[in-house]
Amino acid sequence: MSIRTVKMVVTGPFNSGKTAFIHAISEIDVVSTERKITLQAEKIKDTTTVAMDFGRISVDEELVLYLFGTPGQKRFDFMWEILSEGMLGFVVMVDSTRPETFREARYIMETFRAYAPTPFVVAANKQDHPDAWSIEDLRIALRLDPQIRCLECVATEREKVKNVLLELLYCILEEVQE
Amino acid sequence: MALQGNLHDFSVTQLLNLVHLARKTGTLTIQGTNDHASLSFAEGKLIYGQSRSSDGTLISILLAGKQISEEQAQLLRSRPQASNDKELGLLLIHAGYLTQPAILQAVQKYITELVLRLFTWSEGGFRFHSGVLPPEDRITVRLDLENLIMEGARRMKEWERLQEELPNLDVALKFTDRPDSRLRNINLSVEEWRVVSYVNPKNTIRQIARANRLSDIEIRRIVYGLMQAGIVESIRLEGDTAPRPPVIQPLAKGPDQVSLINRLITRIRSL
Repeated sequence: MSIRTVKMVVTGPFNSGKTAFIHAISEIDVVSTERKITLQAEKIKDTTTVAMDFGRISVDEELVLYLFGTPGQKRFDFMWEILSEGMLGFVVMVDSTRPETFREARYIMETFRAYAPTPFVVAANKQDHPDAWSIEDLRIALRLDPQIRCLECVATEREKVKNVLLELLYCILEEVQE
Repeated sequence: MALQGNLHDFSVTQLLNLVHLARKTGTLTIQGTNDHASLSFAEGKLIYGQSRSSDGTLISILLAGKQISEEQAQLLRSRPQASNDKELGLLLIHAGYLTQPAILQAVQKYITELVLRLFTWSEGGFRFHSGVLPPEDRITVRLDLENLIMEGARRMKEWERLQEELPNLDVALKFTDRPDSRLRNINLSVEEWRVVSYVNPKNTIRQIARANRLSDIEIRRIVYGLMQAGIVESIRLEGDTAPRPPVIQPLAKGPDQVSLINRLITRIRSL
């Protein structure tokens, strides 16, 4: 019996919480390709994803869902198109406390939409932080169409991550049922 | 929730649009490169504004609007009502010196000009203080942000055009070698004369702006005018090449099926 695999992509700007998101839900240790950061401008954290993160959720004996996290740094954006091939949908992670990344988040969102017109949701990460922008303000800042779901998220909390993935799946379901 | 950031990442146009759409009430403070401004809003309408370079008191507003002279401003400042704009306004109305519409129009014009100036700010930190309103004694108005955003966008267009004409402020200016007859009939403003006085191949446009405390758009506007009049020309440096847009290749949709998605949903729910 062959195992069918499907994938969803978690994308977003540098340090938006993609690796933590996948780590929170994956049944395996996330296969990460992190490297020490060398550029001073990117020294918000010590390591970053340079190729992809890779998590897995076994659905049943015949079906496996893979979660791919894209590299956040722009110089690795050649990986985006490769990772987006055949995806069911994607999650755009946004750090709600860092408005300086919103423009890039919009760019990433538009780029992925162009790669594949699959459903997507926006996960407003770090909503537990006092400096987080509200969902309403984020929607306006990111110029989200009313039909696009923008969801509260804390990437380190499994329930919040589950909720984001479920909302994305509901969007996909709506589309395939149309 | 905090609403703070930098204009470099979130422009004045975007900020005002957000306040307008979210019908926010509170005060937005912006710390620009050379000035500090605060704007107050009630349910998405602009009601008050002030900046460090202009304190926003009624006396300053009327003086800037040439409704009163410098001498009259000094006289009013010595009155006990001077610190309370509303009381001062009533005094002026009762004295028959100004009408209520004239005062409101002056305040409206002042706030409008302040906001339109902010559209040219591209650097600086901002923070929205939700629920914070101007002091009770200040005269407030109710201005629709839509119109201001439209006018601001027009100014931004001018700004973009000027940026296209003068993309690099780190170039120097020199007087044209063969100024033509148009020069004879040109009247320069005080600011233009100040800029002209610094024209020298050793001074960049940016340095001239700093010396005259002019913003990027102000210096561009003046230099563009001087160039069009044939007075000066830039000593051009090699421009940067435009970045190439990313190659985008849309892909075909995957083999999605309702049952497959439902199985995924069931599994994620069970986690």
